[in-house]
Amino acid sequence: MSHTHQLQDRVIQTRRDILRMVHGAKSGHPGGSLGCTEFLVTLFENHMTYQLPFEIDGLNQDIFFLSNGHISPVFYSVLARSGFFPVSELSSFRKINSRLQGHPTTHEGLPGVRIASGSLGQGLSVAVGAALSKKLNQDNRLVYVLLGDGELQEGQNWEAIMFAAANQVDNLIATIDLNGQQIDGATSEVLFLGDIEAKFNSFGWKVVLNQKGNDLNSVKKALDHATSLTEKSKPVVIIMKTEMGNGVDFMMHSHQWHGIAPNDEQLELGLNQNPPTPLGDY
Amino acid sequence: MAEYPNTGNIDTRSGFGVGLSHLGKTNPRVVALCADLTGSLKMSDFKKNHPNRFFQVGIAEANMMGIAAGLTIGGWIPFTGTFANFSTGRVYDQIRQSIAYSGKNVKICASHAGITLGEDGATHQILEDIGLMKMLPGMTVINPCDFNQTKAATIAIADHQGPVYLRFGRPKVPNFTTADMGFTIGKGIKLKEGNSITIVATGHLVWESLQASDILRHEGISAEVINIHTIKPIDEEIILKSVKKTGCILTAEEHNFHGGLGETIAGVLSRKHPVIQRYIATNDTFGESGTPLELMKKYELAQDNIVTKSKELVALKNK
Repeated sequence: MSHTHQLQDRVIQTRRDILRMVHGAKSGHPGGSLGCTEFLVTLFENHMTYQLPFEIDGLNQDIFFLSNGHISPVFYSVLARSGFFPVSELSSFRKINSRLQGHPTTHEGLPGVRIASGSLGQGLSVAVGAALSKKLNQDNRLVYVLLGDGELQEGQNWEAIMFAAANQVDNLIATIDLNGQQIDGATSEVLFLGDIEAKFNSFGWKVVLNQKGNDLNSVKKALDHATSLTEKSKPVVIIMKTEMGNGVDFMMHSHQWHGIAPNDEQLELGLNQNPPTPLGDY
Repeated sequence: MAEYPNTGNIDTRSGFGVGLSHLGKTNPRVVALCADLTGSLKMSDFKKNHPNRFFQVGIAEANMMGIAAGLTIGGWIPFTGTFANFSTGRVYDQIRQSIAYSGKNVKICASHAGITLGEDGATHQILEDIGLMKMLPGMTVINPCDFNQTKAATIAIADHQGPVYLRFGRPKVPNFTTADMGFTIGKGIKLKEGNSITIVATGHLVWESLQASDILRHEGISAEVINIHTIKPIDEEIILKSVKKTGCILTAEEHNFHGGLGETIAGVLSRKHPVIQRYIATNDTFGESGTPLELMKKYELAQDNIVTKSKELVALKNK
């Protein structure tokens, strides 16, 4: 288990990676990536049990799916720095002949990715299937999946939410990245999501609330709590409040940085707010 | 050349059900999912005998495709079951991203394909599914012709690594292939030898083509009849060998001519050996309610239509 200051370095380094990858590609999705940094660093470095080298079946390991595939920058940075593939490969993000496609895919064989995502609303169903697979294999490890909050507007999620409760898929922890933003503006303005906690409760899930999704200790506590609720006949969801663009002041409090790249000056500003770490840039 | 007597009318979906039951006993990695159509898909026997390997997902086909994709992670071989319309068009993006692009070993098994679904009408009669599925990179597309072949195909696809679309039908139709004929994905079967015209058929129209060839023979036209059960990958060799002999080809399918078997064959011929071709297929239209037989006649898919078009084609060739 990593110490807190090492995890903090990982968080800052991943924020630097995100900014540099999106800047280098002149495209990509920095906002949601920055907001989920603490969560993914904690999940891969301080929570899940898994083995390397990566193999897709993940038998007797915890496995993770990213449903909101557009936050690939944070996913790739965390995978690389957790040893799934060389950190130097981060420079190929969104470039020709790269395994680091704009949205994650198994198609190019990138270690750490078990399903393509990008077209929203599909990851939870896949995670439910993988959780059923673990049960059939008598594999006691867990399945994790991260979804965006705007993504809950896709109806397929609610099919999966209904199914998972009805079938007692209790080896599954879904996390909703509640940043309140989507491409066209605030989720409350684009299509109000209503009371997400009440919705999950009424569908028969166990709900863990985490108000501080950008705080490492709070994220770890939420994951531990959620894990303690598994294998009790109900699927588990963490509703995790995050700040889109967290760690870069001019990217926060707005949907504007959902899917655009910083220019040279903006990159410099962002990197200054996330100073170099002993881990080093790619 | 062998004759193919009808050993009794039975639906191709029952061939799927029997094949799936066989797999239940012989392949412990096969699992099945159904979206509230267990009886229609003939999956009840598998459900009864292997309750732990059967998942009822309710009326939620998108979720079914995603769950199937997830089940492959950990080594299961999922067979999904619903009507062809809900197996393809309704869930195209789920199949595209979570199954085809992700390279998942899912078998999409689709009943009630084509116009012979009958009385339910156009909402349920998909005539575009072969096109939708064959467009997906890496997808294998199979449309067997009768009970025996559907059973054999169902068993064969479990051993194939990669996504498969298996299309079959609702009505009782003649069962005429032999149980020991075997099934090799991507390998066409020459059912009748002939010199005047090649008739290449898939699905229910294979029987119609055989009947048409008998009528044509009495009128002095020797038709070679080829059963193409696998539309993708297409067996180019058997088709090219035949048209080099006959010089013309009629393709027959229960599908729109856009996107179907005929279109695939036209592509092969235009690249390798152009000959004149005509289509037995629906003509860019939706279907409607009616009995299967009425619909086959109205939409010009029946054996009489095959006879007429064959004669026209041979006359054109000899002009």
